[in-house]
Amino acid sequence: MPTSPTPSTASAAADASGGFGAVVRHPLFWPVVALVALLAVNTAVRPGFLSVSILDDHLFGSPIDILRNCAPLMLVALGMSLVIATRGIDLSVGAVVAISGAVALTFIAGAPDPASTTTVFLAIGMALVLGLVLGVWNGFLVSVLGIQPIIATLILMTAGRGVAMLITEGQITTVTSAPFKTLGAGYWLGLPVATLVAFGVFGLVALLVRRTALGMLVESVGINPAASRLAGVRARTIVWTVFALSGLFSGLAGLILSSNVMAADANNAGLFIELDAILAVVIGGTSLAGGKFSLSGTFVGVLIIATLSLTVTNVGISPLVTPLFKALVVAAVTLLQSPAMRRKLAERTRRRGRTAPVPPSDKPADVSTDKVVA
Amino acid sequence: MSTNFRRAGAALFAATLTAATLVACSSEQAPQGGGDGGGESAAASDTIVLGFSQVGAESGWRAANTKSIQDTLTTENGFDLKFSDAQQKQENQIQAIRSYIQQQVDVIAFSPVVETGWDAVLEEAKAAEIPVILTDRAVDSEDDTLYESFIGSDFVEEGKRAGDWAVEQYDGEGYKAVELQGTTGAAPMIDRQQGFADAIAGSDIEMIDSQTGNFTRTEGKQVMEGFLQKYDDIDLVFAHNDDMGLGAIEAIEAAGKVPGKDIKIITVDGVKDGMQALADGKINYIVECNPLLGPDLAEIAKKVVAGEEVEKRIVTQDEAFDQEAAKAALPDRQY
Repeated sequence: MPTSPTPSTASAAADASGGFGAVVRHPLFWPVVALVALLAVNTAVRPGFLSVSILDDHLFGSPIDILRNCAPLMLVALGMSLVIATRGIDLSVGAVVAISGAVALTFIAGAPDPASTTTVFLAIGMALVLGLVLGVWNGFLVSVLGIQPIIATLILMTAGRGVAMLITEGQITTVTSAPFKTLGAGYWLGLPVATLVAFGVFGLVALLVRRTALGMLVESVGINPAASRLAGVRARTIVWTVFALSGLFSGLAGLILSSNVMAADANNAGLFIELDAILAVVIGGTSLAGGKFSLSGTFVGVLIIATLSLTVTNVGISPLVTPLFKALVVAAVTLLQSPAMRRKLAERTRRRGRTAPVPPSDKPADVSTDKVVA
Repeated sequence: MSTNFRRAGAALFAATLTAATLVACSSEQAPQGGGDGGGESAAASDTIVLGFSQVGAESGWRAANTKSIQDTLTTENGFDLKFSDAQQKQENQIQAIRSYIQQQVDVIAFSPVVETGWDAVLEEAKAAEIPVILTDRAVDSEDDTLYESFIGSDFVEEGKRAGDWAVEQYDGEGYKAVELQGTTGAAPMIDRQQGFADAIAGSDIEMIDSQTGNFTRTEGKQVMEGFLQKYDDIDLVFAHNDDMGLGAIEAIEAAGKVPGKDIKIITVDGVKDGMQALADGKINYIVECNPLLGPDLAEIAKKVVAGEEVEKRIVTQDEAFDQEAAKAALPDRQY
């Protein structure tokens, strides 16, 4: 190919137009494509995959399962997005998830009446306050003492499960409490309560950061902390706040997770959720280098990860190759999201848009393969 | 045996506790002094010094296992137990065993975190003439003179008993079964799957799908939710441990079906929550994986120290419970 290979591919993009190119260049384009592709694969394997029916006054079906099971990750990834936007990272979220569940269930199990609403609200309150306190602790280490976020949160990550084990005395604490079960497994207006809570919090935070200057301040701290401070942004307060929020959201996620199975498992609750959360943020197009962040990207990223888990069961992928399958999907999405790849793709669509109307004029004389435009 | 091999993080301060225990062990050792490597001197003083290295405290099963050992190997029973918790790390276990060798205990017992990599440290124990007893899990070594005896359940047999009961109860009804497997590659997962598959071969129970739930409730529930959406004719669930079975119960109830009736459930372990669900009629059958290895360990340790021959492989007595048996057994369950 002496000049350029573009015309040879133009046939595939006969319908390419300027509008289409803009859609492709949108940061959310590839994550959404990945999500749609995953859903399509599932539907191909089982045509009824996307169908939702009504069962005992609530919606029932795989999409509902995805929405409910993604709730804890949604909350954790929300906090993680904000932390990452300030150039930080929070590795302790999984430990906070375990501690929050342990505290709430141990309290409910020890209460005289586990099924009373007061007990449950007290337990939820305690777990949330504790999550917030742990987040404030992380924020203190990072913003006041200036410890690198990865180290500061590593402390709680390693110690946290031990704390949770101490609280549950090494056992898996199980309770029977109808009001508590509502949070993770209940329904309201036909929709899972867990989803409503997680999406509600997500929407609230999204409004807060995008309709006020808060989001811009967070980004400015992430792009250049020193410059933002000189410009009058209270960088320390902002960093401290995002870590505190991450702790609070992880606490809430821990409550939903433990309520879903009505058990606090100090060893396994939220295990590796920090990695899933970071992954969701990255898939959503937020850079780990801090600065610009995309909550809608995180939202799609979380849905991709939740769908991926269900896909393994639905398609019947052997447990032996499950990690490989997940890695391939994630690698594909991350590749498509990488700046170099995006630039290449954008270039191609731009040229397609330009060359499509008059393909023959660009055609190199020596092209004699079957790829020639018809 | 809900072990999770994926777990990497050992709690910092819990590790400190372990270290403290080891220190305490060494200081306690001082008055014992006289033991010069063989069992005879200790046998003479009637107290057997036994160093035990536990895997960790990862599940209810393991907690019961630890309690059984600590409650049996007491001073009243003629033992001086030195206990350490390895936090799921082989290096901690090797360190603990080395410290027991230095302290010249009479017997070393441990539950190996993993199957391989024990030859060197076991050679050291052999050179110091300290007998070694394995509990719960085996080591994979060419040289079986490195340990005296291995006490533990037969996982293949557990799977087989579960399958045998299913065949006995449901053969001829064309049942469709799904399996919730333990952590991929773990010995209990491989063996229980094998045993169950062997048992149902030849019957008309059909295993239609199998997926890992990592021995945890959350993943057991998620996988079961997927199965329930995928198939609308599941009759039987075989879960490799109670916790995944309990997760499956939640999923089945959420799907508007009745666990134990519409969909039968068979699990392995017999921890308290599982037995309660069995007594409540939500599980149909549990094959016990007995964590109470203390009495067996005490007996073998005494024999070894007295110089008697012991069996190389001792299979612990596992019971199995149906719903009626669970109701009867529940009040007296120790774990």
